[in-house]
Amino acid sequence: MQNKVLYSVTGIFQTPDSIKHAAKSIADAGYKRYDINTPYPVHGIPKAMGMTISKLGYFTLVFGLSGIALALGFTWIITNIIYPLVQGGKPFFALPPFIPITFEVTVLLSSCGTVIIMLLLYFKFPNNSHPLHDTNYMKKVSSDKYGAYIMADDPNFDQSKVRSLLESLGAIDIEDIYYDEETVSLRPKVFEPKFLGFLLVAILITAGATYFTLNKLLFMPPFDWMSFQSRVNAQSLSTFFPDKHGMRMPPSGTIARGFMPFPYEGDPDKAGKMLVNPMTNTQENIEQGRKQYDIFCSPCHDWHGTGNSRLRGQFPNPPSLHSQKVRNWSDGMIYYIITMGQNTMPSYAYQVSREDRWAIILYVRTLQRAMNAKPEDIK
Amino acid sequence: MSIDYSLEPSIIEGKPGLASIDSTIAAPMETRPNKNFYMALSVTLTMLGIGAVCLGYSFYYGMGLWGNNNPVGWGFDIVNFVFWIGIGHAGTLISAILFLFRQKWRTGISRFAEGMTIFAVMTAGIFPLIHVGRPWLDGYLMPYPNQHGLWVNFTSPLVWDVFAVSTYFIVSAIFWYIGLIPDLATLRDRTVDKIRKTIYSIFSLGWRHSNRHWHHYEMSYIILAGFATPLVLSVHTIVSFDFAVSILPGWHSTIFPPYFVAGAVFSGFAMVQNALIFVRKIFNYEHIITLDTLEKMNKIMIATGSMVGYAYAMEFFIAWYSGSPLETFVFVNRAFGDYAWAYWIMVSCNVIFPQLFWFKKIRRSIPLMFVVGVFVNIGMWFERFVIVVTSLSRDFLPSSWAYYKPTLYDIGILIGSFGLFFSLLLIFTRTLPVVSIAEVKAVSDGAQPTHHAGGSHAE
Ligand code: HEC
Repeated sequence: MQNKVLYSVTGIFQTPDSIKHAAKSIADAGYKRYDINTPYPVHGIPKAMGMTISKLGYFTLVFGLSGIALALGFTWIITNIIYPLVQGGKPFFALPPFIPITFEVTVLLSSCGTVIIMLLLYFKFPNNSHPLHDTNYMKKVSSDKYGAYIMADDPNFDQSKVRSLLESLGAIDIEDIYYDEETVSLRPKVFEPKFLGFLLVAILITAGATYFTLNKLLFMPPFDWMSFQSRVNAQSLSTFFPDKHGMRMPPSGTIARGFMPFPYEGDPDKAGKMLVNPMTNTQENIEQGRKQYDIFCSPCHDWHGTGNSRLRGQFPNPPSLHSQKVRNWSDGMIYYIITMGQNTMPSYAYQVSREDRWAIILYVRTLQRAMNAKPEDIK
Repeated sequence: MSIDYSLEPSIIEGKPGLASIDSTIAAPMETRPNKNFYMALSVTLTMLGIGAVCLGYSFYYGMGLWGNNNPVGWGFDIVNFVFWIGIGHAGTLISAILFLFRQKWRTGISRFAEGMTIFAVMTAGIFPLIHVGRPWLDGYLMPYPNQHGLWVNFTSPLVWDVFAVSTYFIVSAIFWYIGLIPDLATLRDRTVDKIRKTIYSIFSLGWRHSNRHWHHYEMSYIILAGFATPLVLSVHTIVSFDFAVSILPGWHSTIFPPYFVAGAVFSGFAMVQNALIFVRKIFNYEHIITLDTLEKMNKIMIATGSMVGYAYAMEFFIAWYSGSPLETFVFVNRAFGDYAWAYWIMVSCNVIFPQLFWFKKIRRSIPLMFVVGVFVNIGMWFERFVIVVTSLSRDFLPSSWAYYKPTLYDIGILIGSFGLFFSLLLIFTRTLPVVSIAEVKAVSDGAQPTHHAGGSHAE
């Protein structure tokens, strides 16, 4: 046993009472590097070994608080900033509906965190190459016996003294445990390059699979079947109709709603006589007319209908809308000009709706009255 | 008459030695399963296959194969989801809540019940995922930054469900695994088979039964139990929010959360009791999962069953007391309308039959308690059916009323869910210790130091 190093001296005990007594006596004898192995937690041993209450709970607290902060922060940012969604007119972030998620995330994070901290930090697991593994000692304490061992690296360690201490405490089967420095290592296994490499590969595989599923797989058949429907798109070929046109012509004589034909084409006088402005002279209608006038007419006719507009010189200047002629025209006449155009002025029938045309006329009338105000208008 | 209350009756009967506990519990893993096991497994796998075929058809041809249609958009899929999630609740109650209450009788059944929790949640989880119609898009349930710039609506109970059920599954699985580590180490040290040894070594992580470890281990167990307790209550509460947060009469009710939780524990206990009756008989665990334990479970079933009965009565009272004609209509319709048959199955199975457990004879008779347990599960399944379907089939607008009928595919998928659950359970009984070895040892007679020896009391 030259290349073997002594790890510890172990002793087996028969009853829970004797192991509890042994734990206390070993601690009293001043040993620090010793341990008790029992197949199940035996009451009173931690106290006999002089251990104080486990500090694991503090880690749980930290994880729990970060869970609360994480969940609230995450949902807050999304519902307030990234993706504000109105829900029944309520504030974007009213606390109550966010409590369930906050609670679940807190529980998830603190449970997982506690367990991971315990296994990795406290226990230094996974570690299957500990010197105690596969010894007779281990086989007994994992079934029905109780064991105590004192490690060789304890400052007070002395093989024969320890043996006699265990003997005096009533241990049966006192055994020395050796380990092979090459195969057994006592360092935590978590930081081994092999394990870290494994973690890295696992992360890469998970991330890659997620990316592939969400960004590629879902756009492959059969998952994209919904994107291909047997319908005809606008402007496309149709094999169904004899003329191969995907878009159909309406039957002749079809009139779209709001598009009754204009019956006075080429007859401005008749239009002037027959057409009556259906809109009343209200603030609201004049305002509607102003908006449309400013958009469609003002580039040529100027904001106030003087004809001296911002297009000055680039287009034949239109005459003023405040001439006696235009002021004496009926509404129907102006309507005719907007609808059919006049000489260089094009038709606005396709751009300005019928209602808007009448509203514009109301506004033109208002402008005319404002430019030629009579004394009684000033009130 | 004087009774010495300091002497608790033994949890484990017959004072088995610690080593014999090992061999009893490890036996199913160390022996080859017999013919009965394979017969049972082939039955459950057939059921699973039926479900898989029906699901395959549903995916290929679409959800039109199911009975769901306007106005009943939530049919068997949601009924099954709520039912299976409920089954899971008993496991957590036994492993966490009873642990915090120091109920030692839980030790014999906790591992098995926790396993059932995990399998039930797995089965339940399938239903919302297939309910969305195109299950390959389920990834969007998770809030993650995607190229559509879309996020889930965090104020929706359906999203809370996603969080609650996944948290519940993960935490239950961790709790279960933490409990398994010492047992796997014991199995590792027992086995002579090389492959088994490798598997047990990997999963026991190198556990050495060290008291420096047990010390933190017990703390972690308390912490996990402390979290699992509110968690289990929250899960069915959130499931009930799926209904209660809506404005449909018969759903929109504040009694739902406690009523759902009581119902969940009720049906879960019935399922655990039914399964344990077989397990203790087949594997000769009668001295570990004792008749006393089963009796205690039956007592919990009367308690939760009565709570459920109280909730049924209270729903009717509130329907009348609120003065809302819609509420009144819904409840009269439940008891006397189209689905009266389902309603009365539910009431008789959930409220009337469990009351038989007031008689000690029935409570301690294995065949009778088994029958009542089966009834309870039928009743609880129908409870969810009644809640989901009656409210939807007749809502505000009589012109849109309709009668919901499940199709063969719905029934096939329901059968499949039972197949999945029981297949997993059967495999579990043969691959892992269904009783916690370490916990049972700790509560068996003579396992703990006597109070006077060792001088611990003198300190
Ligand atoms: C492209 C510039 C242009 C725009 C825009 C325009 N017009 Fe004209 N408009 C003219 C010109 C040029 C004339 C003179 C045509 C002619 O030579 O008879 C005219 C003539 C008129 C006349 C007849 C004036 C008269 O004395 O004969 C009226 C009324 C009129 N426009 C109203 C409108 C209204 C209302 C709009 C808004 C819908 C409008 N115009 C938009 C260029 C424009």
